[in-house]
Amino acid sequence: MIVAERKPLEEIRGFIEGFERVLVVGCGGCATVCLAGGEAEVKIVGSALRIAARKEGRRQEVLEDCVTRQCEPEFVEQILARVKEEGVTALLSLACGVGVNFLAERLGDIPVFPGLNTKFFGATEELGVWVEMCAGCGNCMLHLTGGICPVARCSKSLLNGPCGGSTDGKCEISPDVDCGWALIVERMKRLGTLDELAEITPARDWSSSPHGGPRRVVREDLRELAAEAEEKSVAASR
Amino acid sequence: MKSGSNLERVLEAGHFAVTAEIGPPMDCNGEVVLEKARLLKGCADAFNITDCQTAVVRMSSIASAVLVMREGLEPVMQMTCRDRNRIAIQADILGAAALGISNCLCIAGDHQSFGAAGRLKGHPGAKNVYDVDSIQLVSILKGLRDDGRQQGGDEVEMRPPLFIGAVWTPLGDPIDFRPFRLAKKVEAGTDFIQTQGIYDMELFRQQMKIVREMGLHERVAILAGIIVPKNLGMLRYMNSSVAGVTVPEELMGRMAAARKAAGEDKAQARRNQEEEGIRITVELIEQARETEGVRGVHVQAIEWEQKVPEIVERAGLMPRPAPSPAA
Ligand code: SF4
Ligand code: SF4
Repeated sequence: MIVAERKPLEEIRGFIEGFERVLVVGCGGCATVCLAGGEAEVKIVGSALRIAARKEGRRQEVLEDCVTRQCEPEFVEQILARVKEEGVTALLSLACGVGVNFLAERLGDIPVFPGLNTKFFGATEELGVWVEMCAGCGNCMLHLTGGICPVARCSKSLLNGPCGGSTDGKCEISPDVDCGWALIVERMKRLGTLDELAEITPARDWSSSPHGGPRRVVREDLRELAAEAEEKSVAASR
Repeated sequence: MKSGSNLERVLEAGHFAVTAEIGPPMDCNGEVVLEKARLLKGCADAFNITDCQTAVVRMSSIASAVLVMREGLEPVMQMTCRDRNRIAIQADILGAAALGISNCLCIAGDHQSFGAAGRLKGHPGAKNVYDVDSIQLVSILKGLRDDGRQQGGDEVEMRPPLFIGAVWTPLGDPIDFRPFRLAKKVEAGTDFIQTQGIYDMELFRQQMKIVREMGLHERVAILAGIIVPKNLGMLRYMNSSVAGVTVPEELMGRMAAARKAAGEDKAQARRNQEEEGIRITVELIEQARETEGVRGVHVQAIEWEQKVPEIVERAGLMPRPAPSPAA
């Protein structure tokens, strides 16, 4: 999932200070799973902002909502409708950065502010601990490294590690950070595939990663299906 | 001859090579580099010029390398993958070659969070590069030199004559993987290796045995790294905090005894430890020399460069073979 963490309330309060009618919108996807911006968190943030406004004697109404996913048109529709109908003057999104962007592109002259700090693609290690595991490099090479990612889990994204800084399974940057390459070596030992690491991984083509510029995925098969469905419905309505 | 560098000639001729290190200053005072060069002239076959070591901004390794050449020393320009992408690296290598630099040491580089292990501020908020890793960097340099090709495939008309080096941490974790990592560096085309500082010669010899069984010592010139210990505190620090370095109890005991012998006299305690440190260094050099497959030493006297000539002398490695006419 995309792991995010709520921004300090003080910072959020600063964003929305001058707006009269603020809608706090949660997301039922990753933000809910990582306990940062689901229904429950919307309630907490909403109440905190209302209390702050009252204390400071500001006239501000804080509304709440939570949608299934803030990154898909069909779910965002209801938010846009509400903004219009209820005269919302600003949004606070508790989705990851994708949700904020997605809303911003659709909100016309209404501003949307980020309530979360979006961190990484990761997994829940234990309750309250999330760990980064993938960097979305666009050309997965986990078949070469026993399923453990050198791009995301080595501090230097080395493809032929480990560097000389690895100590007792930890990375040179901190004793709290696992050395990704120590994990890879350990894993491949277990799999009996350690000898595959003798192969040199050549310099990578990073154009599939964010370094290649903003990316998009186009699935022609799905687009064709959508076009067909559209045609049918037009024909039926004639 | 791949590069015709003095270091390459010394190794080719079968001499036991000596390299030392010069750390550039944190400002633009070239005189500091020239002064160190004058102090060290003649005591080693080539001198490593560090590249923003421990992730602290220092005078660039290329510029410092050119400065030491003015004093007649041969540089080993260090090049990290931390600060440059493959475009900048190749551009710098071609420029360095044009300036007459012929030895290059390929390293990943300490992570930017390092900041001289907290002794300086550094730039922990910097964005790093790591477009390529040290092994890929070796391949890129080899491609420029031997195939006349840039990494992207474009042709290089005048090929840079480089003697390509890399670093090896023989006692780093996971220790049983270390010989294989050396093998990868050799496979990529490394001509010479300088190791991380070694105090535990016993363990190093075990690793070298594996290296010999793999036949790597015949394909690459291995220079054992020796870091001159100045006092007990430094040995303790190296043992606990420097990755891939373990200091045997025996050496720490010797240093402790040297300190104790001075009693309350602090100045004497310092002198005693410095003398013991040099004695230990000389012994380590001798032990490295006796290890089959080791073809030289890389002596690092961190912020104590002036002691290197005495150390090399006492290790019986002076005078150095006459520099090549090209140097
Ligand atoms: S190799 Fe790339 S896609 Fe695969 S896990 Fe790592 S960052 Fe993600
Ligand atoms: S210690 Fe491990 S994780 Fe850290 S930079 Fe080196 S290889 Fe990567």
